[in-house]
Amino acid sequence: MVGGNTMNKIRKIREFVMAKVFMVCALISVLALTVIFLFLLVNGLPAIREIGLFNFLFGRIWTPVSHPPSFGILPMILGSVYITLGAIIVGVPIGIFTAIFLAYICPKKLYAMLKPAVNLLAGIPSVIYGFFGMVVVVPLVGRISVLLTGGGTGASIFAASLLLGIMILPTVINISESAIRAAPNSYYEGALALGSSPMRSIFFVIVPAAKSGILASIILGIGRAIGETMAVLMVAGNQARMPISVFRGARTLTANVAMEMGYAEVGSLHSNALIATGIVLFVFIFAINVLFTIVTRKHKGA
Amino acid sequence: MDIKKSNRKRHLDTLLTATTWTFAVLTLTALMFIVGHILINGVPHLTPSLFEMRWTTENVSMMPSILSTAMMVVITLCLVVPLGMFTSIYLVEYAKKGSRYVKVIRQATEILAGIPSIVYGLFGSLFFVNFMGLGLSLIAGALTLSIMVLPLVIRTTEEALKSVSDGFREGAFALGSGKLRVVFRIVLPSAVPGILAGVILATGRIVGETAALIFTAGTAPNIPQNLYGSVRTLAVHMWSLSGEAFHTNEAYATAVVLLLIVLIINTVAAAIAKALNSGRIK
Amino acid sequence: MNMTELKDKVDLWGTDNNSKTRTSERVAVDISYRAHDYNLAVRDCNLYYSDFQALKNVNMDIAQQEVTAFIGPSGCGKSTFLRIFNRMNDLIEGCRISGDIHIGGQDIYAKDTDVSLLRKNVGMVFQKPNPFPMSIYDNIAYAPRTFGIKKRGELDVIVERSLKQAGLWEETKDRLKKSALGLSGGQQQRLCIARALAAEPKVLLMDEPTSALDPISTGIIEDLISELKAQYTIIIVTHNMQQATRVSDKTAFFLLGEVVEYNKTIEIFSKPKDKRTENYITGRFG
Repeated sequence: MVGGNTMNKIRKIREFVMAKVFMVCALISVLALTVIFLFLLVNGLPAIREIGLFNFLFGRIWTPVSHPPSFGILPMILGSVYITLGAIIVGVPIGIFTAIFLAYICPKKLYAMLKPAVNLLAGIPSVIYGFFGMVVVVPLVGRISVLLTGGGTGASIFAASLLLGIMILPTVINISESAIRAAPNSYYEGALALGSSPMRSIFFVIVPAAKSGILASIILGIGRAIGETMAVLMVAGNQARMPISVFRGARTLTANVAMEMGYAEVGSLHSNALIATGIVLFVFIFAINVLFTIVTRKHKGA
Repeated sequence: MDIKKSNRKRHLDTLLTATTWTFAVLTLTALMFIVGHILINGVPHLTPSLFEMRWTTENVSMMPSILSTAMMVVITLCLVVPLGMFTSIYLVEYAKKGSRYVKVIRQATEILAGIPSIVYGLFGSLFFVNFMGLGLSLIAGALTLSIMVLPLVIRTTEEALKSVSDGFREGAFALGSGKLRVVFRIVLPSAVPGILAGVILATGRIVGETAALIFTAGTAPNIPQNLYGSVRTLAVHMWSLSGEAFHTNEAYATAVVLLLIVLIINTVAAAIAKALNSGRIK
Repeated sequence: MNMTELKDKVDLWGTDNNSKTRTSERVAVDISYRAHDYNLAVRDCNLYYSDFQALKNVNMDIAQQEVTAFIGPSGCGKSTFLRIFNRMNDLIEGCRISGDIHIGGQDIYAKDTDVSLLRKNVGMVFQKPNPFPMSIYDNIAYAPRTFGIKKRGELDVIVERSLKQAGLWEETKDRLKKSALGLSGGQQQRLCIARALAAEPKVLLMDEPTSALDPISTGIIEDLISELKAQYTIIIVTHNMQQATRVSDKTAFFLLGEVVEYNKTIEIFSKPKDKRTENYITGRFG
């Protein structure tokens, strides 16, 4: 206490410096995002200009090493869209019903098993999903495909959708479950008191009340599916052509980057076109983010 | 008074109940099938030759990859944990509520969290590998991954700091502590379990990551000499193996190891989080 | 001891910008500060949380070595007022204060005030016991360490003395290294008192210190307050009117941010001058 003034000054400086250090660290995530953005744009935009935005986005032919090369990524955009759509068709119903089950129906003992199972599902690395897809899903789909269409190896939109459908389950289940749980219990009791059966009360009162949360879970699921690389790469066939059937192969935007990044010469139009593919992917993700923000904001307002 | 259920109503109830149960069982089956299939086909092939210190084309040993993974984890955590922790300290302890900085930072981390790992790989290969000239290397991979898991570390640390009772902060301030002392002596020690859970989760992400590493750390199958050597983590090794038709059994066995490591890591994180929520650690 | 050293010692909060004569007066005062120099004086104090005015034109003089109780219904501003004296309100965003608040003749809201040093001198005990999640010893040693005392021997002395003052020594001397969170609620609160005393404060602020405790622990702490009053200026916020009559010399009744009545405790409770005070202490509201 006595003679505290010099110590005081050192302390003040230290406080000040560290406060700035914390702030600078906090700004690094902003900086990182900016740098990522800049690097993609600086390398990708000239390629898009050279190819032409329309030819790039709506070109149906991707032959980067032919003479002359062609850089149309419509096949990959469609590939991503179809596979994601398929994953939603597979994963969303299962996910939402499982979420309802977890929140309202599940016996306690089963919950203690099912909930960790869902979380484990979220933890499995995508390369393992991909491997499982290669050795189990693809041969299975191949057999179905031969039966139905008389051909096909199984590495297809269908196989990728099935696998991604499982992969997005944890996202859909966990977020939907908390949305359903957040719906006021009084709604449920009110519905029961009006003579509705428990199941009807859940499906016609609680689920509608939780719809924006459930919607948010679907949007996040879409984000997960569209961004997934390894699993898709290992089961979708990856042919860079316009998708023709769910039982035939397709290539996604992510797979396009992963497939060719390794051999595209740095700085070449090919490599920059792949970076431009990354930009398109980024735009997709950004749109999903915006959608998610809108949906959850509405939820908060309600 | 007629209090008997109408048939139509009863059918709907039965249908809904049956569907719900079926789908829930389906979820559980999917997990058990995936894990079971890999364990059953992989465990019998866990031979000692898969754990030799040197990888050759014959033994396709995963040991170098396991060690490389450990190195990758350590280096990435060394980079990301202080950064993430300081960021959350800023957000929770220093920033004014509703300040513009906080909004921008939060928005940025949310977008970062949503970026697909292949885009991180793309960026890493452009920036760290080529622009900074690090080449395909341990350090380029670790730098890429640290940006990738930064949002996760920030979020979990933030939660952990927020869960520290304000009574501790008040008490320490009332005893004349400066902010730094409050943060480092009172808040951080109390938040350790929560931060740890986040760090373990981040470890799980790093161990399981493939797409972001192929073009940043490369696929060299043996242990690197230094930070600038190319490495293949276990997940990348798994991917390489699955592309080779002749090593299916080894691929299964490798999948078992990778799966177990990741599942154990996640279970530990979940256990800590659960203990935290039930208030056993406080 | 020469004059400069003495001056340093007196000038706790570095606010000496007055004439030399005043300085020398204060030096004289400092030598026997226990007897003279820790009166609290508040003039025209207004406090706002953003747009809400939590304190309106409060004036009050609090004499040292007295126990002063603040009573009043919830939200009347008594806790807010208490926190003015160690500037804990600084931590709340959007909080603005006007008026003069002096402790021992020094303006504690002066620009060059060292808030840390202020808080060392004005200790505080909270409503909910808030021992830090560390050992009993480390809890007590926290403040001395903050202010640069690192030597084991010195700390040992402080820990023992503080725990004895808080009447907790016998119960804890064999488990100093154990976590403070293992203590009972009443023990935890006494630990918090000991922790505050370890900083060697002059003033002790207590914000409903017994409201989370059982009657027996409450009794122990009330006895403790009576003992501590010989050495410290104590202000206690309480909801419990019996407690105010038991422990305090003076009582201030707060209502809607104003001091309705401030007088000797006996006077307030036997013949309140204001109708509102009477209503409150007879249990008509609050």
